[in-house]
Amino acid sequence: MSLLDVQNASRHFGSLVAVRDVTMKVEPGELRAVIGPNGAGKTTFFNMITGFFRPSSGRIVFDGEDITELMPARRVWRGIARTFQVTEVFPELSVRDNLRIAVEVASGYRLRPFLRGNAATEVRASVTDLLEMSNLAPMAGRLVGELSHGDQRATEIMMALALKPKLLLLDEPTAGMGDQETYDITRLIRKLHAERKLTIVLIEHDMRVVFHLADRVTVLAEGAVLAEGTPKEIAANEAVQTAYLGQAA
Amino acid sequence: MRFDRRAADVLVWLLLLTMPFWIDWVGGYTSLGTRVVVLALAAMSLNFLLGFTGVLSFGHAAYFGLGVYGVGLTIKYLMPSTLAGMAVGVAAGTVAAMLLGALIVRLRGIYFAMVTIAFGQVFYFIAYRWNGVTGGDDGLSGWRRVPVDLGVAHLDILGSDSTLYYWCLFWFAVAIAIMALLLRSPFGRTLLAIRENERRARFLGIPIDRHIWLSWVISCLFVSLAGTLYALLNNFADPHDLRWDQSGDFVIMAVLGGMRNFWGPLIGAAIYVVLQDYISSQTENWMSFIGLMFVLVVLFFPRGVIGALRRRTAT
Repeated sequence: MSLLDVQNASRHFGSLVAVRDVTMKVEPGELRAVIGPNGAGKTTFFNMITGFFRPSSGRIVFDGEDITELMPARRVWRGIARTFQVTEVFPELSVRDNLRIAVEVASGYRLRPFLRGNAATEVRASVTDLLEMSNLAPMAGRLVGELSHGDQRATEIMMALALKPKLLLLDEPTAGMGDQETYDITRLIRKLHAERKLTIVLIEHDMRVVFHLADRVTVLAEGAVLAEGTPKEIAANEAVQTAYLGQAA
Repeated sequence: MRFDRRAADVLVWLLLLTMPFWIDWVGGYTSLGTRVVVLALAAMSLNFLLGFTGVLSFGHAAYFGLGVYGVGLTIKYLMPSTLAGMAVGVAAGTVAAMLLGALIVRLRGIYFAMVTIAFGQVFYFIAYRWNGVTGGDDGLSGWRRVPVDLGVAHLDILGSDSTLYYWCLFWFAVAIAIMALLLRSPFGRTLLAIRENERRARFLGIPIDRHIWLSWVISCLFVSLAGTLYALLNNFADPHDLRWDQSGDFVIMAVLGGMRNFWGPLIGAAIYVVLQDYISSQTENWMSFIGLMFVLVVLFFPRGVIGALRRRTAT
């Protein structure tokens, strides 16, 4: 059974059709890249999956359950975590507190007025794990707003990971980064995919990253699926080359 | 040198606990100190919502005023008991906040602020017009706070100014301790998360509206507690206590002192009350001086007096 099963999803904004009749299945453990020219509807597609808004028509099934109508928080509780194209963190809190909030919410402690010793120890241990896995440990006490773009992005990814998701959606994880930062984030994503057996769907513009990471690639153009296949198949696909790769080169 | 948080806590509590012993010496008087503590509680309660959840209310006077009238009406018409009056005042403010909060919690920013004003004015006009019960424009007088008999101790809050001060300080301490505890809890951190980045908080799985509602109710509960103490202090319920400009005063106190700091609104309330007391003895236009100071602080020290002090000590 597919982990994520998007069936004929469309989204209109007035007369603009941002996503047109998209069908996509993601298998457990897969790392899928979604690519396409600017305005192809990639982020809109993500927003429908995570509940930022609902599809105008179509269905979204996650882990065997229809989630089309659920509020964002309920989708998170069922195991969908995401990052954003423009990094979304808690800038005036420390890296540690950013992660701690994510861990506490994921552990079901969000309404607790205090934590008993055991629970507090578990939370601390999880936060330490996340810090070390991402090499953020040396910056744990600093405000996230003071960190480099790459470290802020890493914090956001680790916050999403703290939710112990079944499906992680990354919206352009390397956007606006230099070569070194892109390399670091790519390595982090690959590590998470390999070590945690995490199912990941990412939107990416950097083709090096896509071909380096993805098991399969879905190409969107003008809101519709243009092609789907392994990175090699996609690189060889003529329709994709004219619509996207050719245009970019 | 960083501003040490624990040292600040100790200093604040020492000053508050010894207030009646030094306030005359610096040219004040005990009920001025009581006024500071009571209004500080109101401003700190507002700041639970404003500074630590990032939600601006311009209608907190409504719940403050429900506390005030709860005490006045209970003692005047129901039973001569300070504690019963306080219980009624806090219950009235909290229940009203629970109901109205459920209606407005989906709104954000300026829309939220506007609707809180609108609901606040409803309470003001009820108190202002319902002459037979509330005393209308003249306010509710003809009642006095009643000494508290706890069985083991008899607290003469009517006859002794310093006993009244410690009575208020006790409730202040209880409320402040609960709020401080909550802010350091997982729940409190979700409020900071909402303040910092609502979108990120939502996609961490925090049901934003419910958490804002809780923060709103907690904030209004303690502001109505402050209202009950204010009624005891004045032996009078004034419809002005419910009006939108009273709400504005709480916001001014919080911003003046520094809304990102836990003790900021206390400093703001102290400055406000002392300036009001001093300048209003010199000129009727004391409010323009407070306004001028407010504008200067917002322009030059957006983080308030405490923010400015911290920056000085940090560099």
